[in-house]
Amino acid sequence: MRLRIHFHKTEAMRFTGHLDLHKAWERTLRRAELRLAYSQGFHPQPRINLACALPLGFTSECELVDIWLEDEMPVDQIQIQLMPALPPGIMITHVEDIPLSAPSLQTQVVAVEYSITYLDPIPGKGPMPAELLSAETLPRERRGKAYDLRPLIEALEVRPPALDGCAHWFVRLAAREKATGRPEEVVAALGLDPSAARYHRTRLILLENQPSPAAS
Amino acid sequence: MSPLEIQARLERILPTVQKPGRYTGGEYNQIVKPWDTTPAKVALVFPDVYDIGMSNLGMAILYEIINQRDDALAERCYSPWSDMEAALRSHAVPLYSLETKHPLADFDIIGFSLPYETLYTNTLNILDLAGIPLFSAERTKEHPLVIAGGHAVYNPEPMHAFIDAFVIGEGEEVIEEIIDVQQAWRISGTSREDLLHRLSHIMGVYVPALYTAHYEADGTFSHMEKIYSQAPLPVLKRIVAKLPPPPTHFIVPYIDTVHNRIPIEIMRGCTRGCRFCHAGMITRPVRERPVEEIVQAIKSSLQNTGFEEIGLLSLSSSDYTHILELVEAVSTNFHDAHLNISLPSLRIESFSIELMEKLRGSRHGGFTLAPEAATERMREIINKPISTQQLLDTTRAIYSRGWTTIKLYFMIGHPSETIEDVQAIADLCKQVLSEGRKVIGKKTQLHAGVSTFVPKPHTPFQWVPCDSLEQIQAKQALLKRELRQKNIKLTWTAPYDTLLEAWLSRGDRRMAEVVYRAWRSGALFDAWQEHFDYSAWIKAFQETGLDPAFYTHRSRLMDEAFPWEHISTGLRRKFLTEDYLWSLRGQTRVDCRERCFACGILPTFAELRSMNPGEVWQCPEVKPKSERRGAIVNPVDIPVVASD
Repeated sequence: MRLRIHFHKTEAMRFTGHLDLHKAWERTLRRAELRLAYSQGFHPQPRINLACALPLGFTSECELVDIWLEDEMPVDQIQIQLMPALPPGIMITHVEDIPLSAPSLQTQVVAVEYSITYLDPIPGKGPMPAELLSAETLPRERRGKAYDLRPLIEALEVRPPALDGCAHWFVRLAAREKATGRPEEVVAALGLDPSAARYHRTRLILLENQPSPAAS
Repeated sequence: MSPLEIQARLERILPTVQKPGRYTGGEYNQIVKPWDTTPAKVALVFPDVYDIGMSNLGMAILYEIINQRDDALAERCYSPWSDMEAALRSHAVPLYSLETKHPLADFDIIGFSLPYETLYTNTLNILDLAGIPLFSAERTKEHPLVIAGGHAVYNPEPMHAFIDAFVIGEGEEVIEEIIDVQQAWRISGTSREDLLHRLSHIMGVYVPALYTAHYEADGTFSHMEKIYSQAPLPVLKRIVAKLPPPPTHFIVPYIDTVHNRIPIEIMRGCTRGCRFCHAGMITRPVRERPVEEIVQAIKSSLQNTGFEEIGLLSLSSSDYTHILELVEAVSTNFHDAHLNISLPSLRIESFSIELMEKLRGSRHGGFTLAPEAATERMREIINKPISTQQLLDTTRAIYSRGWTTIKLYFMIGHPSETIEDVQAIADLCKQVLSEGRKVIGKKTQLHAGVSTFVPKPHTPFQWVPCDSLEQIQAKQALLKRELRQKNIKLTWTAPYDTLLEAWLSRGDRRMAEVVYRAWRSGALFDAWQEHFDYSAWIKAFQETGLDPAFYTHRSRLMDEAFPWEHISTGLRRKFLTEDYLWSLRGQTRVDCRERCFACGILPTFAELRSMNPGEVWQCPEVKPKSERRGAIVNPVDIPVVASD
C-alpha cells in the first residue's frame, strides 16, 4: 500500500538534510515495525519519496512523504505504530492511504510558501516588498549562474511583526523543475542579510490544489 | 555562560557552519536528565568530530551505564570542526554538551575517550575551548576532574600533564567507582590532592601526579617512583570478568557518520597472538558473549534504533567459538529485514566465505582479508602463519562465489623486512588478481591497503625500531610503481602520519611538553590528512630539545626499561621478551586456545577466572582459591622458555 504522510519538520531536525531525512524515515519505519517495500534490482532501495527538498536550517509545517508498505493495514493502526517511533523533530499531522497509481510527489509541487522572520533590527524604513514586486526583472546570481528572481516570486507580503518585534514576511515562490525560488534570495534582493533570517515553510502547493491567482 | 545564552548564540552560529547537525544534539535515544537534581554530572568527550565520535562503541557503553544511575547523568561532546571552533571563539561561546548545552566546565567529571594517539592535540584544544586549565597541576577544586581512557592510554605518559586520572583497561565497572569517589569527595569538601589520592585507590586508575619519572644519564628511561606511598606500582589494568549485556539504545544520528550502524561486540580479546597487534596484547583474556545474548541484543537494538546495518565486532570473528551457530541464528532471525550485517576480521580460509554467504544480504561490498605480510617468512615473524597457497585458494574461491572486489590489508615496516618482502606484496597482489581473472575475467578488482608498522608498547615488538622516513618512502615508491595497474587500487598511510603515531605511542613524560608546544603552534586534528601539520611537531621537538629519532629509530637493548612499564596489562615482561626472541627465529605460536603460553593473564586474574569458570573465558580454568596450593595457577602445558 502507498501512504502519504503529512508532517512538520521542526527545530530538532532543522539541520538534517534531504538524504539524511530519507534515512530518518527508513529508520522510523523499522522502529515502528512497518515493513517497507523495496525497489527491485541488484541494490534494492526502500520506496520512500519526499516531496520537495527543504533547505538545511529551514523548518516546515507542511512536508509530505510517500511511503510504500508491503502489507495492507488500516491507516489508524499505522499511525499508532508510527507515533512512538518518530524522532524528535518530526511531527505527523495526517496519514492517508493513496492509490498506488497516484503521480509522484515531485511532479506535483508547483509552488511553496514560506514565512520569513528577520532576527536583526532593520535600519530605516526597511525594505519595500512592493518595490521588489514592481520591478520587471531581478537579476541575481546563485552558484555562479545568473538568473532572474522576479518571475519566481508569486507573492510577497509584509506580515505583522512577531511578538519579539522581529520583521516578518510571507512569500510564495515557484517550485517547478528548473524554476525554483529560494527565500534567502528574496531576503538578499530586499537588501538584507539572508543569514539573519529564519525560514519556515508553511504550504506546499500541488497541481491538484493550486489556488486561483486571486487567492493568497 | 548559561545554556539559554549558549542556545541563543548558536542560533546565529549554526546556519553559518558546515554540517551544523554535528552541534545540535537532540537525536533519537538521546538521554536528557534533570540537571539541577542529578548530583553527578559527567561529560563524555570524544576528541574528534561528531561524525567520527558517534561511531565509538566505548562512548555508547559508558553513556548507557552512567545514565542508568539515578544519581548521575552523562552528556556528550565532540571536537568542533575548524569553522565551528572559529565561530565559538569569536562569539565567546564555551564548548558545551550536546544534551543540555551546559559548558563543559560545569560538569563534575570530564571523561576523554582516547582510542588512538592522534587525538592528543584535540584533547588540549577541547580543554582550552572549555576554559579549563590545560595542565592538571593548574586546576583547582572548582574545576572538573579530567579523566581519560581507551587503548592509547596504556602508555599515558605523553598526556600525563593534562589528565588528572587515567583509566587503564575496561571502563564498565571502574567508571561507577570513579563517580562514587568523586561524589563522596565533593561532599567531604577536602582538597583536590585528597581527591587524587582517593582515586588512586581504585583498581585500574592511574594518577600521574603521584609519581615521578627518573632517567638515565644517556636520556633513556630509568624508573617510575611513587611519591604517594599508597599509590599502586605497577598500575594493573581493569577488566570485567564477564562481558555485561551489550548496550542496545544507541543514539540515532540525524546526519551521516562513519559507522552509521548498530555495533555489537561479540567477543573481547584475541587468542591469535599476532606480535604487532597492540589490541591483541592489551585486551586479554578472551571473553565471549553467548549467541542468544547477541541475537537478543540485535533484536532489541533494531527495535530501539531502526538502523539498517549491524556490525558484529571483535578482533577476530572466525575465532568466536560458536561463530557458525551465531551466523546461522542471525541469518535465520533477520533474513528478510533488508539489513546489512558485517562480520569483519575473518581468517583467510574457505570457511570464512561460507560465513559471509550466510550473512550476505541484498547489498554487499568487497571481501576483506588481512594477510599483513606477503611472504611466509614475514608472516612467521609476525606470528600470522598462513601459507601463500591457502591465501591464493581462498581469494580464488571468493571471486568465484560472486565477489568482484577483494581488499587485502598489508603492513610494511615489520621487523627484519627487506625490500624483497615489499616486492612480494606487489607480486602477491598481481597473483591474486590473475587468479580472479581466471574465474571472473575483467571485472576482477583488488584493493591493497598498505599501512606502516608502528612498534607499540606492551607488544613483543616494543623493542623494534620504526622504519625511517626514507625507508618508508622507498617501500611505498616501490609499491606505487609496481601496482600502477588497472583494477588494482593501492592505498597507503602517509609516512609523516606514521612517524607522529610512533612518537606519541612510544613517548615518555617529556613528550607532554612536545604535545603542548605542537598544539600551541597550531597542531590539531592530526588524524586528518588535510589538517596534519608536520612542521608544528618538528618545531615542538626543536623547542624542547628532544630528538624524535630517540623515540622511534633506535634499537633497544633487551633490558632497557620502558616508560610505560608502570602500567601493567597483566602480561609478563618475560612473555613478551620470549615472544620477541621467538620471532627473530621465525618461530610461531599456535592459537593460545590450543595451548596456554603463560602470557601472565591467568596468574594476574586468577581470582576472577576461578569465580567465572567454563566458557566465559577462553583461558584454562583455575580452581577456587581453597583448592589451590603452592603455585597460583597451573595452566596446562606451560612451555619451558627456550634459551638458546
